[in-house]
Amino acid sequence: MSNDTGEFVRRDRAWHPPAFTPQYKTSVLRSPGKALVSLRQSVGERAGPVFGHGDLDPLDNDLIRNYITTGEEAMGERIIVHGRVVDEMGRPVRGSLVEVWQANAGGRYRHRHDRYMAPLDPNFGGCGRCVTDDDGRYFFRTIKPGPYPWMNHNSDWRPSHIHFSLFGNAFAQRLVTQMYFEGDPLIARCPIIGTIPDKAAVDMLVAKLDMGEMVPFDSLVYRFDLVLRGRRSTFFENRPEGN
Amino acid sequence: MPVDYLKETPSQTGGPYVHIGCLPSFAGLNLRTQDKPHILAGGGVPGERIRIEGVVWDGSGHPLRDVMLELWQADSTGAYNAPGFRGWGRVGADAETGLWAFETVRPGATPWIDGRPQAPHCSLLLFARGINIHLHTRIYFDDRADANAADPALLSIELVHRRQTLIATRQAEGQGGPDVPTFRFDVHLQGARETVFFDC
Repeated sequence: MSNDTGEFVRRDRAWHPPAFTPQYKTSVLRSPGKALVSLRQSVGERAGPVFGHGDLDPLDNDLIRNYITTGEEAMGERIIVHGRVVDEMGRPVRGSLVEVWQANAGGRYRHRHDRYMAPLDPNFGGCGRCVTDDDGRYFFRTIKPGPYPWMNHNSDWRPSHIHFSLFGNAFAQRLVTQMYFEGDPLIARCPIIGTIPDKAAVDMLVAKLDMGEMVPFDSLVYRFDLVLRGRRSTFFENRPEGN
Repeated sequence: MPVDYLKETPSQTGGPYVHIGCLPSFAGLNLRTQDKPHILAGGGVPGERIRIEGVVWDGSGHPLRDVMLELWQADSTGAYNAPGFRGWGRVGADAETGLWAFETVRPGATPWIDGRPQAPHCSLLLFARGINIHLHTRIYFDDRADANAADPALLSIELVHRRQTLIATRQAEGQGGPDVPTFRFDVHLQGARETVFFDC
């Protein structure tokens, strides 16, 4: 049985948000109207781009310090986010690039299109990345992002969140998602989170306060584990003879 | 009870500020300014240099000006993750026109699950505000008509007229100049010309 070139478990599309979710208005014109076409996974879907520590800069996982322009660390509630990336079988996903991006403590993104009235922090960019270790673990340091209003239903509010992008080890494992914070009353009121049909799926996106790992007199810590698609076992080669 | 597995973490939209984390210099951040991830192949990579460009259109015919796209492909011999060629690239659509472009080499044929050759193609993922889970499609090349006609993935698309939505068209003269063929690949999210998106 080979585990590094096998096919991945089917994606449970009913667990993910559907494409067409009118309560999140932008999806109305950006959701395919036709059914997805089933594609068997061949070599390109079972492999994926490889990233290593050589691709990273030393401060990439330290958002408090990787955009200092006036000599001060970023403003806001200091936190560390850590967790483990495993597949659906519980195996660690090693060497996965993890990219994160977020608003600053006031809820403002450093992006030319963000016009929210909260000020930019000259020492915060809001961009970080890291690579999972042999046990699938990752961590980064940042400030807790603020909530912010947006153009949906006359000022809906996004709960505090951090965007995540993961590659896993194969193209079929690619995932982009968002992490929320335990106890945030805006989670239940967010139309983007509301695109996810199952409350148990939403719970997977909520990081837990981790007081055991708290860094005394320095930072609170949140734990956020992620699950990527798992590779099936190849019990028998089903390739016809001669190929 | 059937066997229990962990559930995959659910997807959420990349949002309008996806560039901050994925294309920081595009967002205006003074980080990684040397990064040019839309160029997959530097000068030393063997193969035929090509440019692939296009626009992603929404259901009302407007360009997506905040979409991020990722390309994933084999090298010119059909090998993925070949030494010196990662085969992966990323680009943000132009904030005014929605036009995006990759500079790469033409991929070679790769095997289908039964060993038959697949026509040269690139895989393409789309991430944007309003897209709750990334969309997955493929780019084939119209000057490889014979290979396309025998491609198992294209043939698996039951509605024959929809296969055409995955075929990029070679331009008479593109921005790449006379020596670099330019292929046009427009993506339509909805409507009569809706691009085929895969569940794989």
